[in-house]
Amino acid sequence: MPVFNQSRSRVIQIIFAIVFIIIAAQLTNLQVFSKKYKLQAENNAIYRKVIYPDRGIIFDRKNKSLLENSIMFDLVVTPAEARGIDTLALCNLLDIDTAEYKRRMRDIIFKNTSVRPSVFEPLLSQEMYARLNENIYKFPGFELSERSVRTYPFHIGANFLGYTAEVNPAFLTKHKDEGYEMGDYTGMTGLERTYEKVLMGQRGIQRFIKDNRSRIQGSYENGLFDTAAIAGKNLYLSLDAQLQALGEKLMTNKVGSIVAIDPNTGGILCMVSAPTYDPNYLTGSERSRHFNKLYKDPRLPLLNRAIYTTYSPGSTFKTVVGIVGLSEGVIDERFSIVCNGAFWGCGNGRPKCLDKGTFNLTSAIAHSDNTYFATVYKRILDQQRYGGADSALKVFNSYAYTFGLGHRLGIDLPGEQPGNLPISSYYRKIFGKNWNSCNVISNAIGQGEVSTTVLQLANVMATIANKGWYYTPHMVDSIEGKEFDYLLDRFKEKHLTDSAIPDSVYEAVQNGMQGVMEYGTGAAAQVPGVVVCGKTGTVQNFYHGVAQKDHAFFGAFAPRNHPKIAIAVLCENAGFGAQSAAPIASLMIEQYLKDSIPEPDRKLKVEEIAKLNLIPARMKAEMNRLDSIKLKREEEQNRQNLQEQLLDSSGTETTETLLPNEVKQQPNHSLPNQPNKKKQQPLTMAILMTDHKKKKIFQFNA
Amino acid sequence: MHRNYHSTQTISSGIDWVIVAIYLILVAIGILCIFMVEYKPNTDVLASFISGKTNYSKQLIFAGVCLVAAIFILLTDSKIYTAFANLSYTLGIVLMLATFVVGRSINGSKSWVPIGGGFNLQPAELCKIFTALALAKYLSRQETDFSKLKSQLIGGALALAPAVLSVFQNETGLALVYLSFFIVMYREGLPPGLLIFGFSFAALVIATLIVEPNTLALALTVIAVLTIYFVRKQLKRNKRLLSIIIVLWALSVGIQRFAVPYIFNNVFQCYQSTRIYSMVGKDYDCSKNHHHTNSSKANYKPPRKPDDYNVRQSKIAIGSGGIWGKGFLKGTQTRGKYVPEQHTDFIFTSLGEAFGLAGSLFFLLIYLFLLFRIVNIAERQRSTFSRVYAYSVASILFFHIVVNVCMTIGLFPIIGIPLPLISYGGSSLLTFTILIFIMLRLDADRQMVLR
Repeated sequence: MPVFNQSRSRVIQIIFAIVFIIIAAQLTNLQVFSKKYKLQAENNAIYRKVIYPDRGIIFDRKNKSLLENSIMFDLVVTPAEARGIDTLALCNLLDIDTAEYKRRMRDIIFKNTSVRPSVFEPLLSQEMYARLNENIYKFPGFELSERSVRTYPFHIGANFLGYTAEVNPAFLTKHKDEGYEMGDYTGMTGLERTYEKVLMGQRGIQRFIKDNRSRIQGSYENGLFDTAAIAGKNLYLSLDAQLQALGEKLMTNKVGSIVAIDPNTGGILCMVSAPTYDPNYLTGSERSRHFNKLYKDPRLPLLNRAIYTTYSPGSTFKTVVGIVGLSEGVIDERFSIVCNGAFWGCGNGRPKCLDKGTFNLTSAIAHSDNTYFATVYKRILDQQRYGGADSALKVFNSYAYTFGLGHRLGIDLPGEQPGNLPISSYYRKIFGKNWNSCNVISNAIGQGEVSTTVLQLANVMATIANKGWYYTPHMVDSIEGKEFDYLLDRFKEKHLTDSAIPDSVYEAVQNGMQGVMEYGTGAAAQVPGVVVCGKTGTVQNFYHGVAQKDHAFFGAFAPRNHPKIAIAVLCENAGFGAQSAAPIASLMIEQYLKDSIPEPDRKLKVEEIAKLNLIPARMKAEMNRLDSIKLKREEEQNRQNLQEQLLDSSGTETTETLLPNEVKQQPNHSLPNQPNKKKQQPLTMAILMTDHKKKKIFQFNA
Repeated sequence: MHRNYHSTQTISSGIDWVIVAIYLILVAIGILCIFMVEYKPNTDVLASFISGKTNYSKQLIFAGVCLVAAIFILLTDSKIYTAFANLSYTLGIVLMLATFVVGRSINGSKSWVPIGGGFNLQPAELCKIFTALALAKYLSRQETDFSKLKSQLIGGALALAPAVLSVFQNETGLALVYLSFFIVMYREGLPPGLLIFGFSFAALVIATLIVEPNTLALALTVIAVLTIYFVRKQLKRNKRLLSIIIVLWALSVGIQRFAVPYIFNNVFQCYQSTRIYSMVGKDYDCSKNHHHTNSSKANYKPPRKPDDYNVRQSKIAIGSGGIWGKGFLKGTQTRGKYVPEQHTDFIFTSLGEAFGLAGSLFFLLIYLFLLFRIVNIAERQRSTFSRVYAYSVASILFFHIVVNVCMTIGLFPIIGIPLPLISYGGSSLLTFTILIFIMLRLDADRQMVLR
């Protein structure tokens, strides 16, 4: 019997041990082999707070900051903690109604759950911030969170600086692995976008322990794993803020752009796109309303015309034709031609020329003689040694290509357009395979299919100034620190034009361009005491097939001997190039070279041009139309408000006496003409080039 | 003088100091665990320990009270336990019955009796001690022959009567604890077949839950056919064997096909079935539940958190501890209060998270050592009463530990029973203290024959 009992106590002990072993096995399984619990625990309990670094500052060439950071406040809510607050009081502070409050809450909870903080009202105005700050303690779950916002002390450069905006879901899916989160801001356009990586800096992360209701309990591991935010790096531009400011002033009430390049470095000295807007306009609480307004403006102020819009280069292209002609040997510097009013090389008297007389290269450039360059262009394409227009055009294009035409130059701004150098296959489609130089003769004078950006034209000027080379035009001269220098490497690479072109060719063209300023079409645009080489251009253009007033073009560089600035100016639909574009260029050159415009009459000229309104009639009409629609809408709104007020505040009897006559007669009158029912014209703007099939007549060539 | 000398002699002599040491260590660990759960940074630890406002300082006070009770028990005479065993058991049963009349509902179970001063008594808790004493008393009677079926039935009835009452009080967890007395009765002569039968039955129930019904039926059939094939030679000699196999097969399939689904759908409440199913990783369809469809069609509220929320959080806390743990007070899940009821039923998670596998195993080894030590103490008793009582203590502790720990690591459905000496709660601590120290008192008099 004791033996039996002994064994039973053993059995009981064995049962104890086995059960404990099973527990130990499960513990080992959970704690050693299942990795998922560690991860789940972290997701549970660790709150990662992103510390935003200061975004990098952008300076001009004289170390003036074009933009700075300032603090604004967002109203942030954690819906789970914001229960039972006085919703009505908050709505009154925010000037919204409770329906709007509920809608926003629903959206926030849907997008970002109710336990995580989300932005309820971004970028509060000064006044609203003051109001909320006093009362925020009444609204648990709501807090004011700092956000760094850009401010622009000089109010310039909106077109190339770009703006930052909150990332959208599409952006997040596209940049999945770059650590952006809902509510982050990123550079959307301009330098902010190109140099986003440089400017954004490195975000810091603080880890906190949070509890089951997402309340912060304290730092995790005393901040052992926290990383500090590293401020974004500053950008130093080659841009001259004063020059930019002057350019924007001169372009007031005009549509067009100015690009100035330092030919020695390729650095952009100024890039104006007109009309423009104060970049401060797109920061702060009113941002979306302002953006909407700019977006709807028929003058398209959000467009960076300097690099995005392409134009026929007009007569400024003649410089390139001349250089190619000389290099190809189809003409020499002594070659001259008589123009009796038109070019008859193709038998139809087109294009016409304005000044009759005898021209050599220099005077042909100076007076912008169409016949001369039509002849040169025809000779280039008709060269026997290339055995046909196809391959001759290829040769011509390969020259033009080395001047930076027909392809993106690669400026450090998003959205640059390549322009166009037409190729033979395009002409074959239109004119058949036996097309000849006469079919495309309008290219000789920069009309036709050739198109360039203003940037490309400025670059052509820089290339001529340098006598055969250029650096890729760029905004950023240097970046703080060494880390991102690789981004600028490509701007240190010299691009050479065809080595077959001797310096003498450039001398000849420069002579002509100097002539332009001294006795030619640009005589009105001289800069006192500076030898400027320039070239005017007047560009025929069409909008939806309708001929518009000509674009005024001007390209120049100065001083001739040691060029410091190359510039291209374009005023859309401003008429003859010498009247607007040329004087603007001359003032810009003077400002840059002398650092100011000293003489009183020149100062007067600045004001005079700034006042000049050259907004195209087409856009004016469109603006008026929109304004009147808006006005009508406002009127209707006011009337309706009045009506509602009256009906609300008083009983029917008093209404009788109070109502204005017209309202009384039709108390329920519905709006008679809903303006938004009118079909709106699409607000797109296209620069149409001459249509060869229709064989438009070239009336002007300056 | 002489009396004084004698009394000090009786307190200290014969006391098993090892058990006392383990007891103190476990209580200390318990307070430490509660401290880990409640700890908030930037508070004066010492002050809050004294304040009596936090749970750990309350537990410290409870421990002090228990110490007084323990000393009091050690000062008593062993004979009173045999003398009052039956009376206390009767009292316990009466108290439990009283709950149906004057009971108060706390946490959904009407098992508490208010005793004034804001304190409530849970008779089922105390009844564990009384049952242990009564069972010991019954088995130590000279006229009891436990090899007889009648005695076994009476013993079983003694153990199960409070359990049945507990079930009616809606305290399933406490009721299950009374099953631990079967370990004691096994030691005292219950046929081992019962134990084997119990385990097989458990295995069958679990298999029913996990395996698809038809597959299991097929598997059982295959097992039966194979058994017949392997024992075909014995079958010729013993015709009864075949009928036994067939009856067992029919019984198994019957349980699997009808009994288990019936119990889950008609006996258990919806939430109980759901918990048991979720433990094996399955969803239970509440619409099949008899109670559910009957009682709460109209005002059925879907559970706010998924039913396995507790287990999941508990497993996350323990699992994230790793081998060596996150360190004292560094448990993120503990500090974030992710595990519900962490200071009471889920106290083991704080340990698992902070000290990892190493700490948990060390802790379990302390428990296992305690259990083995109690078994050894039981076996060295001269009187059956002391032996049965000691085994009862070991079994109750074992059952509590295993069910509680298995619950936190997902091996057992959630039933609210505390981890002995560790979980927060005065009455639980007091019960186990009394349980253990009566045993120590009896053990000190192990040379006596108590009946």
